[in-house]
Amino acid sequence: MSVRRLAEDQVQPDSFKYTRENASWAKKKLKDYPKGRQASAVIPLLMRAQEQDGWVTKAAIEHVAKMLDMPLIRVLEVATFYTQFQLAPVGKRAHIQVCGTTPCMLRGAGDIMDVCKKRIAPAPFELSEDGNLSWEEVECQGACVNAPMVMIFKDSYEDLTPERMEEIIDAFDAGKGEGVPVGPQIDRVFSAPIGGLTSLTEAPGKRAANGNARKAAKPAAAKKAAPAKKSAVKKPVAKGNIGARAAALAGAGTVKAATKKTAVKKAPAKKAAAKVNAADKGRPVAMKKPKAPDDLKLISGVGPKLEGVLNGLGIYKFEQVAKWKKAEREWVDGYLKFKGRIDRDDWVKQAKALAKGGEAEYIKVFGKKPR
Amino acid sequence: MLQDKDRIFTNIYGLHDKSLKGAMKRGHWSGTAGFIKKGREWVIEQTKASGLRGRGGAGFPTGLKWSFMPKEVTDRPHYLVINADESEPGTCKDRDIMRHDPHTLIEGCLLAGFAMQAHACYIYVRGEYMREREALEAAINECYDAGLLGKNNKNGWDYDIYVHHGAGAYICGEETALLESLEGKKGQPRLKPPFPANMGLYGCPTTVNNVESVAVVPTILRRGPDWFASMGRENNRGTKLFCISGHVERPCTVEEEMSIPFRELIDKHCGGVRGGYDNLLAVIPGGSSVRCVPGEQIIDTPMDFDSLSALKSGLGTAAVIVMDKSTDIIRAIARLSAFYKHESCGQCTPCREGTGWMMRVMDRMVEGRAEKREIDMLFEVTKQIEGHTICALGDAAAWPVQGLITHFRPVIEARIDSYTYRSDKDGAVLEAAE
Repeated sequence: MSVRRLAEDQVQPDSFKYTRENASWAKKKLKDYPKGRQASAVIPLLMRAQEQDGWVTKAAIEHVAKMLDMPLIRVLEVATFYTQFQLAPVGKRAHIQVCGTTPCMLRGAGDIMDVCKKRIAPAPFELSEDGNLSWEEVECQGACVNAPMVMIFKDSYEDLTPERMEEIIDAFDAGKGEGVPVGPQIDRVFSAPIGGLTSLTEAPGKRAANGNARKAAKPAAAKKAAPAKKSAVKKPVAKGNIGARAAALAGAGTVKAATKKTAVKKAPAKKAAAKVNAADKGRPVAMKKPKAPDDLKLISGVGPKLEGVLNGLGIYKFEQVAKWKKAEREWVDGYLKFKGRIDRDDWVKQAKALAKGGEAEYIKVFGKKPR
Repeated sequence: MLQDKDRIFTNIYGLHDKSLKGAMKRGHWSGTAGFIKKGREWVIEQTKASGLRGRGGAGFPTGLKWSFMPKEVTDRPHYLVINADESEPGTCKDRDIMRHDPHTLIEGCLLAGFAMQAHACYIYVRGEYMREREALEAAINECYDAGLLGKNNKNGWDYDIYVHHGAGAYICGEETALLESLEGKKGQPRLKPPFPANMGLYGCPTTVNNVESVAVVPTILRRGPDWFASMGRENNRGTKLFCISGHVERPCTVEEEMSIPFRELIDKHCGGVRGGYDNLLAVIPGGSSVRCVPGEQIIDTPMDFDSLSALKSGLGTAAVIVMDKSTDIIRAIARLSAFYKHESCGQCTPCREGTGWMMRVMDRMVEGRAEKREIDMLFEVTKQIEGHTICALGDAAAWPVQGLITHFRPVIEARIDSYTYRSDKDGAVLEAAE
């Protein structure tokens, strides 16, 4: 357990009052608990006070005690027991909480803390010279697969390197914290493996809807006292990684290829088609329907339905399929959501044989009849 | 290998629409009212038949836990409390459920609440998960608007879900500490009995369940307990979210079949151990509270409750922390000792004093500034803490250290030797002072 005391009297403000918005929020929050159990709201109320002032002041503790009709000592106990409550002022623009527990430590949290020591202050909780920044080492923040990570106020910044940490500190120091994309700081989708999905590559249910998942995750929340963080809703700056993430969010799952690439590849199948049409790289060249189209169903893996889809793409002849390069194969694979079947069934080789000598050649190459 | 069609959390990476509409498209909230019509006994029986074991660490059968609630509601209302205070180092599965697939949890809350005749549910989210909480609250509001929750809802069971949060105390993951905290007190665990099923939140019958345990229930009811029980080994059924962190090529959270061998899990989803399996030193297979296992012992072990406890470790929360040979294992475990010292609630003496004592000794062991007899003493002290406290935090603090001493004693001894050697060589004066 840790010993925590209130800040010295000199720094304690004389009074505390919730803003109007917060006061009405608090009133509503009390309704979540049965009659006579309003003490349950003590943690949410203190947390809201901290969000408003940046830290929990003695006046706020007294105010909450009165509001909830609790003995002052009970609220003091709560404020000192729970370590997320800051009992002394922290950096106005950023208080950086570096996770230092073993999973983060294994991936270099020590280096992140060295950056903080160098850039902010040698000791945790010490304010930087201008009072804008401070840092502390905290216990596991629950983003272990994205280690190392830091929390700054409400958001987490994950998959950090010391260099990236410096950049983030720079941004917050300059009051431009909102510009820093939250979440993983590398090309990665949340907790999915780097480099592409290994599971959930099939579109779920009937049809994967395009979600703006990121936005929904951050509805406007209470105002923060910290000037740098007025609004909880952030506009992601078009940095490389966030762009990739946005693209991944627009598309559905993916195989093998990097998420960014696949999302673009798949896009034509989705509503976003118009937007990303420029990125139609790899789409096979179409042809008009010839008088005698080949029976594409002879290719093992193509059924009547797929034949229709291929015809829709302007593909009618074996020669066309036989000419597909990697880019085309990947594009069509993505279009059909086929997960590499084209390569696994080797459509190109089959089409080559069929184009060269029809069924006879196919039997010669594969030792069996087509289909 | 688990196929996508058998995965329960189809939007765990947040790649798809996570609104209610999107969730319904993926099949959630379908037939919920029908399950409620079939009655609470049916829900409990189906859950029991699926073999679902609690996903919060202890692995207690979920259906059985629900059946402990009083059969009739008297003057005291029943409560369901969801433990979303996910703070076990290494664990980050519930985070992804709440922020990306919240409707699995909300629907599960309704069904679980119905099974124990509760009309109110509190979800206790850890304080640090602020964005996750916002996402969850938004999803709950959507359900109220769509008439799936609240009074006279479409599902036919009056139900309210409230989101509550903590403020950074690991101990609040212990169920009675969580209830204390929810009542607005310090999170100090209660003595049991009385168990929460008799005297829980506000003195009323209460069941506390982990997020993942409850979130899988709707899918089990939809697809049938046989489907769930067809995965995993006997007594360790179903699918599980694994969080693999540490020294693997690509750390990730992934839903896999229970009892998947360690090697397959790592190869398939994480791109292998950094530097190959020869470079694997040790694994903590279930979050910080279980004993570590040397690499060669775990490589081909099925990842489930029973086979890991046979290795004197445990599945815990399935938070797999992988350490390669570049790891200073003593420092890694010492950091966990520091964690437990920080998180002890201070109620029971063996834990309050013991965690600090262990941390200080471990810190010396990291340097090698210790005597070899102290290794045995340390082991003895962990045994004095284990089992002598109200809650399991004392045990959880003791086990990592025990695991270290059991498996890596030669490393500690070598560290002590090298420290002694250095002190002889550079500076220690061997002559007697005049």
